[in-house]
Amino acid sequence: MSKVGWIRLAIVLGSVGLLEILCQSGVIRPLTMIPPSRMAVELWKLGASGKLAPPVTKTLGNVAAAFILSVVFGFIAGLLIHALPRFRRALDPLLASYYAVPFFVFYPVLIVIFGMSDLPIIIIGFLFGVVAMIINTLNGLDRVPTVLLKVGRMNRMSALQTAALIKLPSAAPYLFTGVKLAVAYSFIGVIASEFILSGSGIGYDIAYAYNNFDNRTMYALMLFILTTVTALNMALYIWEQRMLKRRQGGR
Amino acid sequence: MSAVALDKPANATLRRWTDFFLLIAGLVVVWYLLHLWAGEVALTSPYETVAKLIDLLGQAWFWPHVGETLLALFYSLLIASIGGLGLGTLLGIHRLSGQVAEPILVALYALPKITLYPLILLIFGLGLSAKVAFGAIHGIIPVTIFALNAVRNIKPVYLKTARVMRLTPLQAMRTVWVPAALPEIVSGQRIGFALTLLGVLLGEMFASQQGLGFLIINAIGLNDVPVIMALALLLALFAVAVSSALLALDRKLHQRS
Repeated sequence: MSKVGWIRLAIVLGSVGLLEILCQSGVIRPLTMIPPSRMAVELWKLGASGKLAPPVTKTLGNVAAAFILSVVFGFIAGLLIHALPRFRRALDPLLASYYAVPFFVFYPVLIVIFGMSDLPIIIIGFLFGVVAMIINTLNGLDRVPTVLLKVGRMNRMSALQTAALIKLPSAAPYLFTGVKLAVAYSFIGVIASEFILSGSGIGYDIAYAYNNFDNRTMYALMLFILTTVTALNMALYIWEQRMLKRRQGGR
Repeated sequence: MSAVALDKPANATLRRWTDFFLLIAGLVVVWYLLHLWAGEVALTSPYETVAKLIDLLGQAWFWPHVGETLLALFYSLLIASIGGLGLGTLLGIHRLSGQVAEPILVALYALPKITLYPLILLIFGLGLSAKVAFGAIHGIIPVTIFALNAVRNIKPVYLKTARVMRLTPLQAMRTVWVPAALPEIVSGQRIGFALTLLGVLLGEMFASQQGLGFLIINAIGLNDVPVIMALALLLALFAVAVSSALLALDRKLHQRS
């Protein structure tokens, strides 16, 4: 690992250690926060008791569904919008301010329409994720080198061939950013919906534990979400860095 | 895009606005069709929503809630934009700490921060400070990331030029650093604004007895669809208005550089 990596690791471990010391020594009261080591122990116990698996599968399943829908629809919508420049110019200010609108306020409306199932939660996750994918697809398509498109025209490639052989590979880094954001936003949408109004899932369990002053379960679940999301993101980040390095080497 | 602008510079602006209003009209039509499909109970029609919003805006009890949200938003934005700018600039100038901090910031950015709301409530208690804290943690990270990249990606030749011309630090700041980094910083502030508003509303939904977020969660509890829709419309209009203004500024700065 590089020097930067070691410093980073030291900072992360140092902050966790500091938190541990502050909690153990009572500077942070146990009612506010339990020590990180206790969170891990509680999480382990929760996992061993079998109470962790059902909400986790439920939440992760919903996130996965929302994520896949966001990426597929976002990419297709991005391609279509990019092909219609006039429509796109009109749409731009709306896309740019999309994330300021708290979409989960429509969640109760969706429940009335679709019933109290997983579907409204998946739709909210999708609504959160899809626009990040659209914006990044547009960004990527903007940066496809014109010369490559000309080469495509000279070779008389069909629209589909151009999309698959030229646009997709050259927009790939931006699409990857979109995918990363879609993961993050799907998580946010799904968990926020579970917090607000739902009967199961990790978000619901955290809210339930909070309302019952059950700090141990609450922090164990919080630790689980934070570590899962971070691990997932780090994996994507490392993969992205590798991809970028390979690209630069290939040139 | 620019070809159109070059042909008819006078008509381009007009056409852009026509397109924009056509799009809005299209969205309203879609909304109305959804209303017809889902029924009165699930989704109020555009007309009723606007009527309800005007009705709400005319009532005296409504305005303190708006004021409360704006106050919380103001404080959070203050913390997020100034704090993020300061932190990002420092991390951008000091290359090593920037390299160390960036992946950590990106990881923090991707966390579903709503998970942390019980923690914020336990620290700050119910009320204004919890809302402000919640808004600020949402907004500060993107502002920092953008400021960091803005400062770090200033072309070295600009800085060398400043050194060659023996500018004082203050002159260099005014004539080189700020103009070079400003476009990206404004982009960061724009995203920071959107997320701060989201954070403040989330905070109000869980941690407050006042504000628009509180009114929304209340209406959700009562399943008062007209109020939900009217408030969502109000927030959307506000968000789109502020964001468009920042976007226009953003575009102007990016074009100039």
